[in-house]
Amino acid sequence: MSADISQKEVHWQRTKGLMIWHLIIWFIFSFVVHWFAPQLNKISFIGFPLGFYMAAQGSLIVFVVQLFVFASQQAKIDRECGMAEEE
Amino acid sequence: MSIFNMKGSFVDNLPKIYALYTGGFVVFIILMALLEKAGGSADTIAKLFVAFTIVIYAVIGWLSRTMQVDAYYVAGRQVPPVFNGMATAADWMSGASFVAMAGGIYMGGHPYLAFVVGWTGGYVLVAVLMAPYLRKFGCYTVPDFIGTRYGGNLARFCAVVVLVVASFTYVTAQINATGTIAAFVLQIPFQVAVWIALVAILLCAMLGGMRAVTWTQVAQYIVLIVAYLVPVFWMSQKQGFGVFPQFEYGAAVDRLKELEVLQQVGVLKPEHAVPGMSALTVHHSFAGNDLISKVKFGTLVACMMMGTASLPHILMRYFTTPSVSDARKSVAWSLLFIFMLYFTAPALATLTKLQVLDPSLPTSIIGKSIASVNALDWVQKWGNVGFLKIIDSNHDGLLQINEFFMRGDIVVLATPEIAGLPAVISGLVLAGGLAAAMSTADGLLLAIANALSHDLYYKMIDPKAETRRRLIVARVLLLGIGAAGSAVAALRLTGILGAVAWAFDFAMSGLFFPLVLGVWWKRANTPGAIAGMVIGLGAGTWYLYMVRWGGMTPWLGIDHLRFGIIGAGASLISMVAVTLMTKEPDAETQAMVDEVRIPKGATVLASTH
Repeated sequence: MSADISQKEVHWQRTKGLMIWHLIIWFIFSFVVHWFAPQLNKISFIGFPLGFYMAAQGSLIVFVVQLFVFASQQAKIDRECGMAEEE
Repeated sequence: MSIFNMKGSFVDNLPKIYALYTGGFVVFIILMALLEKAGGSADTIAKLFVAFTIVIYAVIGWLSRTMQVDAYYVAGRQVPPVFNGMATAADWMSGASFVAMAGGIYMGGHPYLAFVVGWTGGYVLVAVLMAPYLRKFGCYTVPDFIGTRYGGNLARFCAVVVLVVASFTYVTAQINATGTIAAFVLQIPFQVAVWIALVAILLCAMLGGMRAVTWTQVAQYIVLIVAYLVPVFWMSQKQGFGVFPQFEYGAAVDRLKELEVLQQVGVLKPEHAVPGMSALTVHHSFAGNDLISKVKFGTLVACMMMGTASLPHILMRYFTTPSVSDARKSVAWSLLFIFMLYFTAPALATLTKLQVLDPSLPTSIIGKSIASVNALDWVQKWGNVGFLKIIDSNHDGLLQINEFFMRGDIVVLATPEIAGLPAVISGLVLAGGLAAAMSTADGLLLAIANALSHDLYYKMIDPKAETRRRLIVARVLLLGIGAAGSAVAALRLTGILGAVAWAFDFAMSGLFFPLVLGVWWKRANTPGAIAGMVIGLGAGTWYLYMVRWGGMTPWLGIDHLRFGIIGAGASLISMVAVTLMTKEPDAETQAMVDEVRIPKGATVLASTH
């Protein structure tokens, strides 16, 4: 029973860690990048002013990729800690 | 499904069924194109498009009818992640996304892109903080989670109230949008059209609840994404921006900077006020470097994201997946399907603006003689229905940027005509707009009716009610809420977008922190959650009233679109303070939170409850 509890503890610690990492990335591409949009607009990226590009497309691509990566990372944590669902 | 002679279960055959459906839809589009060639009028084609798609949705709704509780509330928890992703995307993308977003970017430029960022990034919060845990919980509705996690009828009731306030605000906008399209296509008064719209919406949801709504939403996603992308690809091809303008319109954004100087955008101010329409005064890619502009962008992004993660009609879609890990995958698929439309909208806005502004293109109108512009077909047609207006304020006979007034919605609706595409494409766009508005209306009506039937009626009023009775009550409520929504929509109180943004603010004010902390903070207790919901919703509503009608100057640019910042802030502070002042939840509740945090094992609530 105690082994199970510590296993749950490890699982939750790693889950929390993953959550924090993903929220940091999320915060950067939701807020930080757009805060500097006027400065980024002076840079040209594949023909776009970068500040405009990030809001119209760049941040969105990051979010999509991030969610697929998150799903597989969390599934890996669940498996390694023996907390995954039985198929 | 025996007509298709398929082996295996319905779920196994889903890819085949929807591939057939998509093929059928394409054949229908080709038939309509042939009809147009043979002399069919644009009106007839539009009516056929609308009628054909509604009949399909109704047939799916009929085939999915059910008298089982878990099928009615959570589609039997057997929706595969990819299909749930499509259903969520249709549930999510409303009339506002489909019709208003590109136009908003056209008129508003960079500041408006906060909606694009907010309405996509919110899914990161859904996936990381909410969806998998709510799926593990095994609830039927969002108040079901609040009521069980925090215990007691008062907490459950507060959650129902927040849900109803947020979703009802939203659903009137969707019935309004559905009614607007129906009125336009059938040429009937709007007040009649909203009721016809309601019948169409209820046909999808009445008999099969969540199961029927799921399978119609998948069908609606396919229609709406085809309808959004085909005109853009076609127009882009025709005008030399390549097949995928989404990746190649950078040059167009750059070109607009020169044109904005040439056409004196922002220098010439409109000299008239035209209700519901505006003239272009904002530079396309310009981002303000002052504090208020930056705060306004960030706060709008935050409101739309936290609202996304609190809106019950979205969260409840993830209750329908077969497992917790499928719920996570499904959020990723949802966002991919939503992304397809959202990264196209800015491209569409940019290309359309170029068409109108660039004197070297044959389609341009700014700088041309007013007589020649007034002679254009699309200018006349959309001018007649009150979507655009030309006023020669300096009497020079030429059209300046400050003399051309329009409603943003025209960017999506009129693009096929501006670019000279055939009428069949206009019919397709109408069917797409209808699919977007109907699918969201269905999700919202079901969220409200389910909360009232499951949480209010079954859990609080009559816990002994038998299955049959519960499902009849659920349907009667669906009918009642739908009728109430149509009655309010018929009054035309707000524009589509205003009401949509408010729904997000209401939802985040009352539900965001009670939901997140319910999973991530074991110490969170009942009085804290109740305080969070009541004070959050109260503070948000008060602030909305004060800045919108009470004459108060918004703090730091936090206007009526962003009142959720105040509401959610008050909710967090009061929830934490009250929780810490009262005693921690009992051992049983804490064990329940532990159980929610791991995917393994049975759901916290029994599979039918």
